[in-house]
Amino acid sequence: MIIKTFQKSGILFSLFFLLMLSCGQQTQETKKEGVIQKPKTDASQISLMGAGATFPHPLYSKMFDEYHNQFKVKINYQAIGSGGGIKQLIEKTVDFGGTDAPMKEEDIKKAGAEIVHIPICMGAVVLTYNLEGNPELKLSPEVIADIFLGKIKKWDDKKIKELNPSVKLPSKEIVVVHRSDGSGTTYIFSDYLAKISEEWKSKVGAGTSLKWPCGLGAKGNPGVAGLIKQTPNSIGYVELIYALSNNMTYAIVKNKAGKDIKPTMESVTKSANITIPEDTKVSLTNTEAEEGYPISGLTWLIVYKEQKYGNRDKAVATEMTKMFLWMIKDGQKYCEPLHYAPLSEETAKKAEKIITSLTYNGEKILP
Amino acid sequence: MNNGIKLRIIKNSIFKILVILVSFILVIPLFLIFFYIFKMGISSINIDFLINLPKPVGETGGGVSNAIIGTFMLIILSSIVSVPLGIAAGVFLSENRSSKLAGITSSCIEIIQGVPSIVIGIIAYVWVVKPMGSFTALSGSIALAIIMLPVIVKSTEETLILIPHSLKEAALSLGVPYYKVIIRVILPSGLSGILTGILLSLARISGETAPLLFTAFGNPFMNLNLLKPVNSLPLLIFNYAASPYPEWHSIAWGASFVLIALVLVLNLTAKGIARKWKVQF
Amino acid sequence: MISDRIFRYFLYCSAIIVVLLLVSIFITLLNDSMLSIRHFGIGFVTSKEWDPVKNDLGSFPFLIGTLLTSFLALAITMPFSLGIAIFLGEFYREGFVSTFLKTVIELLAGVPSVIYGFWGLFILVPIIREFQVKFHVTPYGVGIFTSSVILAIMIIPYSASIIREVITLVPNDIKEAAYSLGATQYEVIRYIVIPNSLSGIFAGFLLSLGRALGETMAVTMVIGNSNFIPTSIFSPANTMASVIANEFTEATTDLYLSSLIQIALILFIVTMIINMIGKFVIRKLGYSDKSKKKMK
Repeated sequence: MIIKTFQKSGILFSLFFLLMLSCGQQTQETKKEGVIQKPKTDASQISLMGAGATFPHPLYSKMFDEYHNQFKVKINYQAIGSGGGIKQLIEKTVDFGGTDAPMKEEDIKKAGAEIVHIPICMGAVVLTYNLEGNPELKLSPEVIADIFLGKIKKWDDKKIKELNPSVKLPSKEIVVVHRSDGSGTTYIFSDYLAKISEEWKSKVGAGTSLKWPCGLGAKGNPGVAGLIKQTPNSIGYVELIYALSNNMTYAIVKNKAGKDIKPTMESVTKSANITIPEDTKVSLTNTEAEEGYPISGLTWLIVYKEQKYGNRDKAVATEMTKMFLWMIKDGQKYCEPLHYAPLSEETAKKAEKIITSLTYNGEKILP
Repeated sequence: MNNGIKLRIIKNSIFKILVILVSFILVIPLFLIFFYIFKMGISSINIDFLINLPKPVGETGGGVSNAIIGTFMLIILSSIVSVPLGIAAGVFLSENRSSKLAGITSSCIEIIQGVPSIVIGIIAYVWVVKPMGSFTALSGSIALAIIMLPVIVKSTEETLILIPHSLKEAALSLGVPYYKVIIRVILPSGLSGILTGILLSLARISGETAPLLFTAFGNPFMNLNLLKPVNSLPLLIFNYAASPYPEWHSIAWGASFVLIALVLVLNLTAKGIARKWKVQF
Repeated sequence: MISDRIFRYFLYCSAIIVVLLLVSIFITLLNDSMLSIRHFGIGFVTSKEWDPVKNDLGSFPFLIGTLLTSFLALAITMPFSLGIAIFLGEFYREGFVSTFLKTVIELLAGVPSVIYGFWGLFILVPIIREFQVKFHVTPYGVGIFTSSVILAIMIIPYSASIIREVITLVPNDIKEAAYSLGATQYEVIRYIVIPNSLSGIFAGFLLSLGRALGETMAVTMVIGNSNFIPTSIFSPANTMASVIANEFTEATTDLYLSSLIQIALILFIVTMIINMIGKFVIRKLGYSDKSKKKMK
């Protein structure tokens, strides 16, 4: 009881602040009211807030910049990690979230309303490393799991040597770098490891943030890429673009069909050559597809299906839905220059279906 | 005997040299910090840097105008809240020195001053972000307001304590009402001290990052709306420093340069005011 | 008079608000961490596991990380801040050199912590990595040692200025008496000044420790963010403040969030106690601001 009172007093305190602010900011307040009374079609007054995955951040920042230039809608996307994206959407502090890992049922339950996943593009998680001379390494699933389990400790380990007979490997300790924050990149990577290694599955498991058996943590894809770049003899996992934009070398990985696959946009798109379910929530890691790169995945934007919640404006919901549609259609052309694999035709069709199913007060937002 | 004295003198000299050496080692990190920020920062600073918005990865010529405006917006908002409240509490403390409430209040102030800024960030998140349902400039400035409050209260109290009682008594004996004595006589005579305190607290909060991580949140656009997320210089430095893009690093260096310049100007002004209009009686 | 009454009431209210503010901060932290307190009990501070996936959360590694970085920083700080305090308080109280050094200290104190972190990440980390390569330690670069160095640079100005004030308060007559007996400056400092201001020096270090414990940004950027108990002073770790900064926005489960808030609560209580002891010692010795001004 007393606790409740004090909690309230905290909120009251904030209200007191608000009051003082509103005295000082009267002019601005009136201006804002003016905005609301303006015709709703004025898109330049609408700004959307998103947060989540760092995996597609470069692509989103490009797309949203272009969208702003064309349609004047301001979209603020903060790359705080997929875990954060899910959490902030549940807390309703953002208009949409971004995630590389499909939401767990219990999380959706916590949100209390239906949440849909809209696939935007595909990406690959690559193993990038910092070795002298930047040799191109071939790695097998087993070796990857052992390195990240801390069982292979040195670069000149027999198992790595066997796969790369022509490469001169240093007798140095391997510095494993992983994500410190909850992230979809981690999810894709650990999902892959859990599929290929029983030991990983039982010891560590798959998730957006893990209890790592070894290594250094860095925040975000950029943090991992930065740390690897700065640390000799390190290995870590990042989204393909982060490795490319830093001129870092990355490994060729053996896929389920036993083929050595270099991560390229083509091999990533090919990994989706399996049947995609209607809700697009599918894991593409360790794909059955013969030519597909095994550590790839979709990245989604997540939103509430029913857009009327809180004091949400219909104009905001409409602009957001329009933007989603643009992202899976015109926006797709920005994927390739930034090294993201565009959605396959089948996936894009399913995404469009999902977007048009969004409602405001029970009515479909887009015809 | 003679040897003993010599030994003592030698010991003395060694000690003195050691102390001087140790003291001047501290100059090295300062020099390094300023040198690098100047060297790396100056090359990225130009007019475009100050008036442009950040560009997406891969495009050159981005600026930090949104963060500069955001920083100013945050510190102005928090001063609107904290300055009146802080001065009032400071006046209360200096006027009712012996009262029980004053004792409690001043210990509270000291404790608040010691609370780590990240904890204040959580508080602002729980109080403002969660109930309002969005990250806002407002929540950031409330966190900053809590941080600057103790500095203002203390400087106000310490300044006003120096003002002699006779001044107040003289004014009161002329029949001036109490509130007018405070506002027209006491506060103006302690103005320089209070102003110094305010400027120092502004310098402190303009570099705060931790409480903004989950309150002001960051924004790639220019934003003047209190109820929307806003970027600030320290937040931008933190985000860009962790990125792998050299262009973003140089923006972070430039932003560090701007931020240090801002903090320095505030500090120097505070010092100048304190020196020029010292409270003297 | 009615306006007088209102004015007094206003002042009174402002003081009440300050008290309420602190109480609400405490209650909010306590209330929001209740879930984790109930769930983990005392095990929260003793358990070594930090596994958000299985909701198995123990903050022991962060306690160790925080204590190690702060105390190491304090150890690095000690000779420097004592040296500077003696330099400014005994050797050169006035003059060009002392103004110069004072300005340096003020400038260092004014640098925002995010800039320390940024600078540390790009300038200090490579230097430390070089050393680690030379001494055959795994060259992480980031880690406890790096954070302690940065923290030390950050708290030296603070502790040095407190200690300087404390040692200038040692009465001149005792010192002069010792000088008149033929004591050297070293002996006066060693046998008169330091023993006489020992508790003040202690308080100065305690207050700087309180600062080091709660420092977030600079540490987060250079500590390496590893949720394990560090094995050496060069290994990466996490402090209580840095784990909050890293994971607060993405704590998906209520329990996870609540545990982070409990860490904040522990941090709040620890820094509060340390600050209170420090301030108490200083006040008890009569070194409070009021007496300082009287002495001038």
